[in-house]
Amino acid sequence: MIQIEYLLVVSAVMMFAGVFGFLTRRSTLAILLSVELMLNATDLNFAVFNRMLYPEGYEGYFFALFSIAISAAESAIAIAIMINIYRMVKNIQAGELEQMKW
Amino acid sequence: MDYSQFLYMHAELSLLAVILILFVADLVMCPDKKSGKGVYNTCLPVVLLTLHTVLNFLPCAESQSCEAFGGMYVYTPMMTVMKTVLNVGTLIVCLMAHKWLSREENLVKQGEFYLLVLFTLLGMYFMISSGHFLMFFIGLELASVPMTALVAFDKKRRESAEAGAKFILLALFSSALLLYGISLIYGASGTLYFDEIGAQLDGSLLSIFGLVLFITGLGFKISLVPFHLWTADTYEGAPTVVTGFLSVISKGAAAFVLLTILMKCFAQSELFYSWNTGMYWIIVASITVANLFAIRQNNLKRFMAFSAISQAGYLVLAIMDGTAQGMTALVFYLLVYMVSNLGAFAVMTSIEENSGKILISDYDGLYQTNPKLAFLMTLCLFSLAGIPPFAGFFSKFFVFMAAFKAGYPLLVFIALVNTVISLYYYLLIVKAMYIKQSDSPIAPFRSDAYTRLALVLSILGVIVFGIGGVFYNYIEGFSYGL
Repeated sequence: MIQIEYLLVVSAVMMFAGVFGFLTRRSTLAILLSVELMLNATDLNFAVFNRMLYPEGYEGYFFALFSIAISAAESAIAIAIMINIYRMVKNIQAGELEQMKW
Repeated sequence: MDYSQFLYMHAELSLLAVILILFVADLVMCPDKKSGKGVYNTCLPVVLLTLHTVLNFLPCAESQSCEAFGGMYVYTPMMTVMKTVLNVGTLIVCLMAHKWLSREENLVKQGEFYLLVLFTLLGMYFMISSGHFLMFFIGLELASVPMTALVAFDKKRRESAEAGAKFILLALFSSALLLYGISLIYGASGTLYFDEIGAQLDGSLLSIFGLVLFITGLGFKISLVPFHLWTADTYEGAPTVVTGFLSVISKGAAAFVLLTILMKCFAQSELFYSWNTGMYWIIVASITVANLFAIRQNNLKRFMAFSAISQAGYLVLAIMDGTAQGMTALVFYLLVYMVSNLGAFAVMTSIEENSGKILISDYDGLYQTNPKLAFLMTLCLFSLAGIPPFAGFFSKFFVFMAAFKAGYPLLVFIALVNTVISLYYYLLIVKAMYIKQSDSPIAPFRSDAYTRLALVLSILGVIVFGIGGVFYNYIEGFSYGL
């Protein structure tokens, strides 16, 4: 059986790749993708902990299911806002979002 | 299954009923393009919300704390007090939104505004009453997703969309961090019920890392200092009414939940030390940095954003004392901060709707043209700064007392010094209104009845809550040491 460390390393790498992407990407869509990567890392974490450490319950699985549904709702509204911005400035680069500063 | 446990959720159910009634009303009475004028405007939502507030607050005095749905949902009288505080805030926001919603482009969207505001409130209810991390997370997201739509409510205005984009991206980011933290806590303890986690955690590195990520996630929602970068932009871009809602209601609910969870789940000695040290520095940074940035702002909404960050620092100061006293101080502080801040926002909305001006330099000479509004704004700012006869002084005093008793004299001292700094920048606005002269001051106008009602409610709060500790003692009767 695969040991728990390998699975946790995968999820940690996904998580921090997401954080890196969030901080460095220029396009807001790519930023959104990075956030999705982070959310998927947490879902993986829940499933792994549930399967490997606490197999008697289903709390982790259910949490992962709910978090997938909720993050989908959040991405939907984020994309709606991006489309609205695109209609106004014909561009969704993060650099365009600088009307307000300090 | 015992269906009577639904009765414990009476606050949520009656709010849901209000939402459904408004939904149908919006469907039936929605203003069409031909006649133009909206049929129901502010009156119906306000009446329903008042009814809901009164009905839910009255029976809370004799009720007991209890659990429903296997401990997922927790009900205590203190939570009802907290929900009532949020209700009153939402009521004031709805009142001051009247003029803004009567604009031509917003008239067709007024139903959406109320639905979004009330769904946000519903999410906060669930978040406050949660007894399980899943319930907490769903409540948090139910509060923040409609909030994004509210921030981006002015569809045609670029700043509003930009503020919405910044808000949703950082909300997603913080949710992801929060979730990762919760997953690590789950890995360390094997359960997600607040009551059981405390006994399972042993202060291992895994649980500390989870705790840090959890505080980070909630810190974004309360906008404490290392996580505050979205605040000023979002507050500036959002419609002024929504900024008022954002700065008070969502912040207060998140701070209350942070206190509850920290005390229920992480109160044992090893973890207590780690979050206490972290929160100490977060509070110092929030109060100080926000104060320094607030001095150099010229846009009033940005100014209020930094003021709100520093006020959040004071709010969280009450968390350092995790006893019943700390909780009472937090709820009382929130109540007073709510009326003072919403009063200031009601004045700002009224001026923006009537003259379109929002810069501090536009307020020069306001006293000559609109003496009443200038006077009310002054009262609210004095209360925010904590000048003695007004409520803000007492709320700050109780928070400081709680933190001092918990053994943080240095922290209280830093907070006191910052109160003096904050007095300086609040007085800048007062100076602009009373002393400075302007060639083109804001023309005199008369605000509408709803705005006046909102102003009266806020000012009443600012003055009445200042008259001694009656309200404080009343809240204290419900609070519990965790």
